[in-house]
Amino acid sequence: MTALQATCLIVVAVLGALVVATRDPLRQAAVAGIFGLALAALFLSVQAPDVALSEMTVGTIVIPVLVLLAMAKIREHDE
Amino acid sequence: MSVLAYLVSVWLFVVGIYGVVTSRHLVHLVICLAVAQSSTYVLLLGIGYRTGGQAPIFGDIPTSTPVVDPVVQSLTLTDVVVSATVSALLLALAVQAHRRFGSVDPDELNALRG
Amino acid sequence: MSRRVRSVVALVALGALGTVLVIAVTGLEPFGHYPGPYGDVLAKVVPGERHTGQLVAATVFDYRGFDTLGEEMILFAAVCGAAALLRVRRRKREEAGTPARPAPSFATRATGAALVGPVIVFGAYVIANGHITPGGGFSGGVIVAGALVLAYAAGQVVRLRRVGSIALLEGAEALGAAGFLLLAVGGLIAAGALLKNFLPLGTSGLLLSAGTIPVGNVAVGIEVAGAVALVIAEFLEQALLEEPE
Repeated sequence: MTALQATCLIVVAVLGALVVATRDPLRQAAVAGIFGLALAALFLSVQAPDVALSEMTVGTIVIPVLVLLAMAKIREHDE
Repeated sequence: MSVLAYLVSVWLFVVGIYGVVTSRHLVHLVICLAVAQSSTYVLLLGIGYRTGGQAPIFGDIPTSTPVVDPVVQSLTLTDVVVSATVSALLLALAVQAHRRFGSVDPDELNALRG
Repeated sequence: MSRRVRSVVALVALGALGTVLVIAVTGLEPFGHYPGPYGDVLAKVVPGERHTGQLVAATVFDYRGFDTLGEEMILFAAVCGAAALLRVRRRKREEAGTPARPAPSFATRATGAALVGPVIVFGAYVIANGHITPGGGFSGGVIVAGALVLAYAAGQVVRLRRVGSIALLEGAEALGAAGFLLLAVGGLIAAGALLKNFLPLGTSGLLLSAGTIPVGNVAVGIEVAGAVALVIAEFLEQALLEEPE
């Protein structure tokens, strides 16, 4: 296991705990985007470029946008 | 040190499930579920890795170089995109639950109302 | 049970589960010593049999194509479910009128308008070259859907007079799913086995090689782009391709 892989693994573990610890969904969307980027870096370091590409696009475009839109719909129904 | 990848996968899974169990907001629950799902990706790719192996694409390397396992990569690749769509479905459920019952707290959605 | 008791019970149970999982995981092969035969078999066999160097694309669309067929159907079903859930009150909202949106700044609109075209072309490139370079239908489809999200975020929209925009996205998604199914059945009809690679194989490295793998890539790319864009458009509830008043 190279140093790069070990670093990526530890960063992913810490960010995963941070995502769960962030209780407000809006802030959690941003942290989840960073978590997706860290996962993509980890996948690249274990020689998986296809998976890294998919995770990069999904984790930074689709998931935060969906969370923000869901929160917007919940808020507009509150008013 | 050689089991660090698998330990990180177990940690992500346990942390994600803990977030799901103690969540107070349905949207927070869905994101914690996504963290638990990512633990399976880490485990699969960790199993398929070969020390000194290259990415399994023979574009410009000779076909005799050792490569990492392509089967687990194919499983993870399709799963990443599909699980994002399933998270979208869960978020739509959360929005609809808020419309019907007025609350996104899982503890307040515990009665089966007619 | 109260929230505090539930937290404590969860901690204890997850601690036990974590311990059992750690014990299980230490029984695996050490990280880096890949034992299994399938990766080696594929690395030896695929360049000769399918005339392609992209082992992952060959596995996804050819050797394990049945799994991809199932995943396509999961995608389709999930998007149908999300659309069904979110369309319940649409009539009432349309009558109430869309709420006013603050106009984005000129810099945002200009950057968005300049970037939408190149991102779509890049997504199409990733899809089309999925059997030569990393990428393929799944990643490229999400990139194309991301271009549509960019178009909305920058406030730049395209007006389609006759075709309803949501109908276009639904049509794209259905076309992709049907395309992949037809490819699978085409293998059955043309060569006697479901998902068999029945198109001419060509030379490795060219755009038109590896038989049905690039066709499968395109079908999956269209479906994933349509599905992700449709689900985001349903959340937006104002038909992504409609001009704001």
